[in-house]
Amino acid sequence: MQTLSHQISGPPGARDYRHWFFRGVRTSFSVPLLILVSAFVGFAGLAREAGISLAQTVFMTGIVWALPAKVVLLGAIMSGASLPAAAFAVALSSVRLSPMVVSLIPELRTEKTRSVTLYLLSHFVAVTSWVLAMEHMRAVPRPMRTAWYCGLGSTLILVNVAVVAVVYQVAGSLPPILSAALLMSTPLYFLTSLWGSARESAGHFAMVFGIVLGPVFHVLTPGFDLLSAGLVGGGAAYLLHRLGRRRRGRDGEAEP
Amino acid sequence: MTFSAFDTWWWPYVFILAGGWLATDGFRFLGVYFGGRLAEDSEALVAVRALATALVAAVIGNLVVFPAGALAEAPLWMRVASLVGGFAGYLALRRSVLLGILSGEAVLLAGLYAIGFDG
Repeated sequence: MQTLSHQISGPPGARDYRHWFFRGVRTSFSVPLLILVSAFVGFAGLAREAGISLAQTVFMTGIVWALPAKVVLLGAIMSGASLPAAAFAVALSSVRLSPMVVSLIPELRTEKTRSVTLYLLSHFVAVTSWVLAMEHMRAVPRPMRTAWYCGLGSTLILVNVAVVAVVYQVAGSLPPILSAALLMSTPLYFLTSLWGSARESAGHFAMVFGIVLGPVFHVLTPGFDLLSAGLVGGGAAYLLHRLGRRRRGRDGEAEP
Repeated sequence: MTFSAFDTWWWPYVFILAGGWLATDGFRFLGVYFGGRLAEDSEALVAVRALATALVAAVIGNLVVFPAGALAEAPLWMRVASLVGGFAGYLALRRSVLLGILSGEAVLLAGLYAIGFDG
């Protein structure tokens, strides 16, 4: 791998790391960032409506980072859920981060990479940085990938923290029609990006069930609506997926 | 132990750390730990992903049916139409997330403008 990259001959120095860090920064300015910013504009409006202070909103943006987890957390706060219930709901919504990190690590590391570096970098993993890394990281020389991903991930967080801080302050003075449109951008972003990232039929079934069951359980089991919808909708989607595969298996088609 | 249970400046931050950070970075760290050991197409992961997807989808449903703030003043059918319009736009326009969001917003804004929405 190293022999292919003419930029690095001999052991990499600080200049190489700096160079690739800023290449990562540059990669972050992209269409996915634009979409993410528009979703965070909506998130800032949502946090303001939920009665969370500006400092708490900014803190939450940086420390949690994954947008679905933050919206689940805000939803739990708004519905007056207790800390264990909120943590459990956020944990369920974040299980998906594990397989994303698992698939990223083998491309990110070399034999010499320290695990503490990987643990720190994993904080940047969320849909947008993951999509960008999967697309562009192969063109980065392997020893420089951690520096590159650090530039990419930290820029995404910093830009969105700034956006959240500014939008939070102006959201209150927006005309109601724009404020409504702002609040609508989060569900629209989740719907379209989640649909695109679903890999098997189970994901699409789960989305349809979840969208319908969320409001239903909101009425039936207030406080546990997300958990109930996740367990029932996700369980049913997985069973449907199993059934469909077994049927295909019986018809003599090869399993995927 | 709700978000507003204690009247101190630090409690909300503890709530965010324990309720938000622990759970998200916990699963990220677990991902680093398992590195390449767990196959991404393993059966357990399919089930876990389905569950996680349904949960985020439930958030979508709740944000549309029981929204906060100014959006709550828009009629329910218009919010649903915006979501459906966004999804239709996404499917029709090269599965572009950006164009999907813009179509959904266009449906909502056109509807709100037509009924003379003022919150």
